[in-house]
Amino acid sequence: MEKEKTTIVLFSGELDKAIAAFIIANGAAAYDHDVTIFFTFWGLNTMRKDEIVKTNKGLLEKAFGWMMPRGARKLGLSKMNMLGMGPKMIKHVMKKHNALTLPQLIELAQEQGVKLVACTMTMDLLGLKEEELSDGMQYAGVAAYLGDATNAKVNLFI
Amino acid sequence: MKIDVHVDTKGLACPMPLVKGKKALDKMLPGQIMELVSTDKGALNDFKAWVKQSKNEWISHQESNGVHTFLIRKG
Repeated sequence: MEKEKTTIVLFSGELDKAIAAFIIANGAAAYDHDVTIFFTFWGLNTMRKDEIVKTNKGLLEKAFGWMMPRGARKLGLSKMNMLGMGPKMIKHVMKKHNALTLPQLIELAQEQGVKLVACTMTMDLLGLKEEELSDGMQYAGVAAYLGDATNAKVNLFI
Repeated sequence: MKIDVHVDTKGLACPMPLVKGKKALDKMLPGQIMELVSTDKGALNDFKAWVKQSKNEWISHQESNGVHTFLIRKG
């Protein structure tokens, strides 16, 4: 029997939206779906490595790199960010409720075989290089995403 | 009824009860029975929906003081 498929486009780069995307992805993987998350625009920052990676970039690309959050631990909230107080508060509440953190959700998704795909066109726009993103990512464009989405019944844009 | 695998997800939040249940079932043989315990308020509807679309079989559900106990037979 052919497996069901789920695809998620993670366009947003905020903590709350990324958590929602990864909870759905992990749930779909538990449903035994083939799951793809396609990271584009600000969503790419979710998969940035924490550490500074030396790359050969122009000034504008470097500036983008400094202004954008470096990885899942650095994302702000889409509402009530309050200069970074909001994420601290929500992380505290999540711990109290035994909810997984975003880095843990990402690790669980990788363990469950969720396919993580970075959009190469928007990587160029934001000046992000492959070596700056988490290991184990795939790199592709809109056609690869549509190839997965065409056969999927669940397709979300977050 | 003989229970082959016991999965305790008490205190864990969504989606962990489902993920742990799925992982446990993956390792079991068809016909074996899993008992899963969860304190997640959404667990009943979650597991009902999940078992329905799978080859696995719903045996029973009990709830007392917010603790849900599910018996599921691997299909």
